Amino acid sequence: MSITVHDVQHVAKLARLHLSPEEEAKLTEQMNAILQYAEKLNELDTENVKPTTHVLQVSNVMRDDVVKESLSQEEALLNAPEDEDGHFKVPAVLE
Amino acid sequence: MSLFQYRLPELHNMLHNKEISVGELTEESLAAIAERDGKVHAFLTLNEEGARASARELDDKLASGAARGLLFGLPAGIKDNIVTKGLRTTCASQFLSNFQPIYDATVVSKLRQADAVTIGKLNMDEFAMGGSNENSSFGPVRNPWDLERVPGGSSGGSAAAVAAGEVLFALGSDTGGSIRQPASYCGVVGLKPTYGLVSRYGLVAFASSLDQIGPITRNVEDSAYVLQAIAGYDAQDSTSAKVDIPDYLSALTGDITGLRIAVPKEYIGEGVDASVRDTVLSALKVLESLGAVWEEVSLPHTEYAVATYYLLSSSEASSNLARFDGVRYGVRADDGGGLLELYHNSRSQGFGAEVKRRIMLGTYALSSGYYDAYYLKAQKVRTLIKQDFDEVFQKYDVVIGPTAPTTAFKLGSQIEDPLTMYLNDILTIPVSLAGIPAVSIPCGFAEGLPVGLQIIGKEFDERTVLRVAHAFEQHTDHHKQLPQL
Repeated sequence: MSITVHDVQHVAKLARLHLSPEEEAKLTEQMNAILQYAEKLNELDTENVKPTTHVLQVSNVMRDDVVKESLSQEEALLNAPEDEDGHFKVPAVLE
Repeated sequence: MSLFQYRLPELHNMLHNKEISVGELTEESLAAIAERDGKVHAFLTLNEEGARASARELDDKLASGAARGLLFGLPAGIKDNIVTKGLRTTCASQFLSNFQPIYDATVVSKLRQADAVTIGKLNMDEFAMGGSNENSSFGPVRNPWDLERVPGGSSGGSAAAVAAGEVLFALGSDTGGSIRQPASYCGVVGLKPTYGLVSRYGLVAFASSLDQIGPITRNVEDSAYVLQAIAGYDAQDSTSAKVDIPDYLSALTGDITGLRIAVPKEYIGEGVDASVRDTVLSALKVLESLGAVWEEVSLPHTEYAVATYYLLSSSEASSNLARFDGVRYGVRADDGGGLLELYHNSRSQGFGAEVKRRIMLGTYALSSGYYDAYYLKAQKVRTLIKQDFDEVFQKYDVVIGPTAPTTAFKLGSQIEDPLTMYLNDILTIPVSLAGIPAVSIPCGFAEGLPVGLQIIGKEFDERTVLRVAHAFEQHTDHHKQLPQL
């Protein structure tokens, strides 16, 4: 499997990244080298191997549904690049 | 002689006997940074006022005779991906250059409870992605043993600050070797605990199934002290382990008679520098002379670990780093007329090249049609790598080998070739995938540069790992060597 500059453009769109033509070219080359190296895993028969998603045997962790102290609105907005009336402000989503 | 050449319990005694004060220790740290950090560049943000205020409080406490914490008065550096309330935390990324956390990570609260003094925040590869510290948005860290060389990464600032005598200990984080490899390159002690032993709450996530916080120190005893202070279940981290925390200090008996050591042939074979191999073999002789026995074994899936790791960690990273969009925190770029443009522009300007590369790789591996071929396949191979260790640990107490295949390399020598850079982690990555503990300790020098010995243990068996490391250290003086700066 090898990827083209079009694949890179598609993935960049999914990842919400703008890439310059130079970045696209470089990433196509580097991702191909890395993915080609990853092909190595196909040497192994993993038909009957279970995937490891997590090394510790933990299942869903639940807590009691009780009200606790949380961040104030002021704290939550402390790092907001823009805010207004106690909300995060973003450009219009709908025209 | 620098106060930081004393071991932690010695400093405890000196404080207790009023031979030194917390204020003096803090000033020594700040003075060392003022003198040397221009060359090393380990620190991104200093907590000068906060540290002096803590020192005054602790000196009052000392005078009052009140009970003192385990790390009383000791100057600590914290890797800059661990959040500190009100103290800028950047992950060495332009994106977070103005970020002021609104809460403390659990490990930071624990350091405060133990009466440590936070001196500042330490440089790293951006978002912990890299093995050389050249990926910091704010300029690389340099290796105190040779300023033309990298300190390793991603906790390069943490390792360099301890090696340069700027702080007594530091916290780092390890995803595929990011504590152990820089500890190896800088000649200090770096411990990656078992996954889940130390809370990840407040550690900015890179690859959540692998990330783990651990101490970087001058010697093994100090490592045990810091681990004692930071280990433990935390309800704020749903992946933290509900296990009883043993006494790590009492494990340091110096006795390793009858210890069974496995040395994987893959860890001393092709691809490992002869000088590193020879240094490690000499270290094994020391352990043998102390009553341990070692045999060569095989971890047959070692050669698949790097590919497995880069698929899994990049996939997890692409998901974790989706939160950086310029809306709630971080630097917002020009919106160019819409929300989608705001996301695109903020992310494109905020992230550096390596972070973009990993996000791209991970997004690709998780994208429709490729999930089974890459992500699922890698999760299955992860199982095989873990089974390799399980099998060896049925017969042996620890696995030992080098931490890294080479000593520290020169700045700029690998930055254009990501795959070669990734292969530096071949000996640390399998441990991360298996979730087991390992420490890197200084075991000698090759051409004037430190070589690290990696001691790997069973799940939650940090006691054995530390016992072996400590026994070795008692009979050698590599850890007492200091770089000339």
